[in-house]
Amino acid sequence: MSLHTAMLVGLLAPLVVAILTPFLAVRHVWRDAAGPIGGVITFIAAVHVALAVLDGETPRLFVAQIAEGLALEFAVTPLGAIFGLVASGLWILAALYSVGYMRGNHEKHQTRFAAFYAVAVHAAMAVAWSGNLLVLFVFYEILTFSTYPLVTHKESALARNAGRLYMSILVGTSVVLLLPAVVWVWLSTGTLDFRPGGYLAGQIDPAMAPILLALFAFGVGKAALMPIHRWLPAAMVAPTPVSALLHAVAVVKAGVFTILTVVVYVFGIDFLAETGAADWLVWLSAFTILASSMVAITKDDIKARLAYSTISQLSYIVLGAAIASSIAVQGATLHIVMHAAGKITLFFCAGAIYVQAHLTKISELDGQGREMPWVFAAFFIGALSIIGIPPLGGSWSKFMLMVGAVDSGYLVILGVLGLSSLLNIYYLLEPVSRGFFRPKVKTVEVTSHPLVVIPPVLTAILSLLLFFYVDFFAALAKLMVIS
Amino acid sequence: MGAAILTNLPALLVVVPLLLAPFSAVLPIAGLAWVLALVGTGISFLAALMLQSVTENGVRISYHLGNWEPPWGIEFVVDSASSLTLVVMSGLGFLATLAARRLVAIEIADKDSGKFYAAWLLVIGGLFGLVMTADAFNLFVFLEISALASVILIGMGAGTDRRALVAGYHYLVIGAVGATFYVIGVGFIYAITGTLNMGDMASRLPDAAGGAALYVGFGFMVVGMLVKAAIFPVHIWLPAAYGYAPSAVSTLLAAIATKAALYVLARIFFTIFAGTPEIVDIALSNIIVPLAVGGIFVGTIMAIYEADIKKMFAHSSVAQIGYIALGLALATPAGISAGFIHIGNHALIKGGIFMAIGGFVAALGARASLETITGIGRRMPITATAFLICGLSLAGLPLTAGFISKLYLVRAILETDSYVILALVLISSALSVVYLWKVMEVMWMQPAPARSPKLVENPAIYLPLWMVALGNIWFGIDAGWIVGAARLAATALLGGGA
Repeated sequence: MSLHTAMLVGLLAPLVVAILTPFLAVRHVWRDAAGPIGGVITFIAAVHVALAVLDGETPRLFVAQIAEGLALEFAVTPLGAIFGLVASGLWILAALYSVGYMRGNHEKHQTRFAAFYAVAVHAAMAVAWSGNLLVLFVFYEILTFSTYPLVTHKESALARNAGRLYMSILVGTSVVLLLPAVVWVWLSTGTLDFRPGGYLAGQIDPAMAPILLALFAFGVGKAALMPIHRWLPAAMVAPTPVSALLHAVAVVKAGVFTILTVVVYVFGIDFLAETGAADWLVWLSAFTILASSMVAITKDDIKARLAYSTISQLSYIVLGAAIASSIAVQGATLHIVMHAAGKITLFFCAGAIYVQAHLTKISELDGQGREMPWVFAAFFIGALSIIGIPPLGGSWSKFMLMVGAVDSGYLVILGVLGLSSLLNIYYLLEPVSRGFFRPKVKTVEVTSHPLVVIPPVLTAILSLLLFFYVDFFAALAKLMVIS
Repeated sequence: MGAAILTNLPALLVVVPLLLAPFSAVLPIAGLAWVLALVGTGISFLAALMLQSVTENGVRISYHLGNWEPPWGIEFVVDSASSLTLVVMSGLGFLATLAARRLVAIEIADKDSGKFYAAWLLVIGGLFGLVMTADAFNLFVFLEISALASVILIGMGAGTDRRALVAGYHYLVIGAVGATFYVIGVGFIYAITGTLNMGDMASRLPDAAGGAALYVGFGFMVVGMLVKAAIFPVHIWLPAAYGYAPSAVSTLLAAIATKAALYVLARIFFTIFAGTPEIVDIALSNIIVPLAVGGIFVGTIMAIYEADIKKMFAHSSVAQIGYIALGLALATPAGISAGFIHIGNHALIKGGIFMAIGGFVAALGARASLETITGIGRRMPITATAFLICGLSLAGLPLTAGFISKLYLVRAILETDSYVILALVLISSALSVVYLWKVMEVMWMQPAPARSPKLVENPAIYLPLWMVALGNIWFGIDAGWIVGAARLAATALLGGGA
């Protein structure tokens, strides 16, 4: 398989799944198999591309020339290779899981759901492999539009209102802030490509750099930086497979991916570090980390708590980008992988508890751990990884972020990260301790659905493996900062 | 034979629609009249394309009607500026005619359709003449032909909404004032130069001791055309005219009518008065630029507060005309190119939008308002998706034609270091998202009212509509042609032209 073919396959396989799904609607088995099979194919392509990137290549796919300096082109950066791997790899498990969830829950419109789910993955892959800011912007928008039918899947008044908030914040910020930022870059440099080391140094007035960065930081609503985070908790009305893959992995990671890409390949971390243009963003992301953790503690609904936890964890990545040192950026990049594996586990578990026992509140979980031991064990491991305890993947990224903060002289940030970890321990382990150590308060009938139990167990194991086999991702992350 | 057609192409473009018009008027069968209109606009489109390919290399065609030499006879001039305008107008005119069949069948009584298509052809032929003629008085004649025929077309909306009569009447009166202003101006310039040929006017004006007459003539001509181009604050006829005209007419007028007047404005500034740059500069930077920006804001804000969909996008047209005028008024090669790019792209955008609204109106059997189109996205997915694409293009999202327009306009503004104007354009562009959002939200995110009847989509409307919608995407991905042609147009205009 040539690189060219691999990129075509990686970009088109999810789209093919989306197109085929409605035609397979009458044969449920085939329709439901299409997602996981498409996932495997996409993942193989993503691995192929990532290996080439590791060898120092930049796989490219040219589609059309729009005007001078504007091309419709895909080109895989090391960061893009990582995001592509994460999105496609987790899609395999999420697709399996959503079959179990949607069937177990007797949801309506399963065909429409599966089709838009695949379109969203397609958009995420295209964001990951985009060759310039324009292509990134376009697929960023397509990702928003394709997830709208998923967020409003239940078609209730609540879902529709959530969908409205979701669209107005994500589309609004991107059109009003992100697009002008992209145009600004094009007008001042004549290009929108991603280049190692960035290229804004000497091209724009350093005094304007913080403003341009702010347009990006707030224009990328998907990164859920406060105060534009409200769409994410609202999106939790969607069925859990959506929350798991899209609102813990693909959509939000597309947001922080965009910010990291802009910082590393457009601004250049040296330029930001020298001018201090990202200083304000360090403090805003630190604030978001703590504030959303505080909010998370107050939430009794499992998914709401996980949503605020996600907002907090996304700001770790933004923080790493804002510190703009080599080690902090690598830590942020690794956190994309580690948090994805950990958080998808937690959402899988939340959905499994709902499908099997119809429980949605943490206060109802007392004693349920013995009924669903695998699910609670997986939740435990995923939570540990997000907290950052060895030997789980999340410990690497948090460690590197801390080193990065100290290296750049942000000692207060070290305190913020420590405090945040303590808060994480409290609010992420509470469901587990209730499940295993409290006497049962509510007797519910637990029906067993293996398809919603196996995926979280696998992703929990993945979190464990990521601790020992971090080298591959670490090597890719290192390539990002060597220009 | 072939050569004869080729050399007479400019005349053909005007003569074919004008000649077919009376035949259409007496045809008893509506379908046949439509076929005539389709043939007429189709031939014009082909002719315009051929002219464009000839003028692409900087060739300037001068055609003498009846072989009378100018300045005695009337001269048609086709260069890369007018040929681009002609291609845009005839292309959209053809597509609007394609879509008109079904829209007219629904909104116009069968016995009137012959007359309808006659007026339709007169508008189109008149506008082509407006763009090509190099004779200042002949321009007035074409102006009146297209304006009177437009009034007839607008008034025919009375079958579904009586307010169309008032709208048509307003347009008649205000349009007549505009045309009269223009012809008074021509009178003054004629008095100074003794010629009606634009090229001769241009060459004699610098030496003619015009004095006050020069300023007065210039002022009258410009103001007259400002009315016709619907530039703020003399745009007031436009929202009602587009809003209450039959759907097919709104499509045609929104896509091509004001474009011709804008082009004539550019000709006045950069051709006729090329020799007296002092007054042109003053007029452009002190009057046209502020008016254009004012129009952008007024149109956008009015659109935000409008609940009737057709009128909303008519207000939006006022704003979009402002963008075109702003680009032209920058008077730099980049600015004029940006203006021409948007002449083409805006025709695609608004043509598509009004076609889609026509589709909604046809299916609903009622005016399209924020209330009646609630949830229509799921009830008419084919039409509504095309409408969405044109809307995204209007908002200027990447991969649509509208994005290219905005990009080049912003670049042209930046080149002149006018940061205040840049900021105003960006703010207005963000504001335009507000009314688009309002419509899209109602269409796509709200459920249809309970027990609403099933709506039928008609391929006769949505096929041409989709051609336009795909055009918006095509010219957003491959903008090379329009950008190149617009650059040539700017060179032709600034190079002295006729």
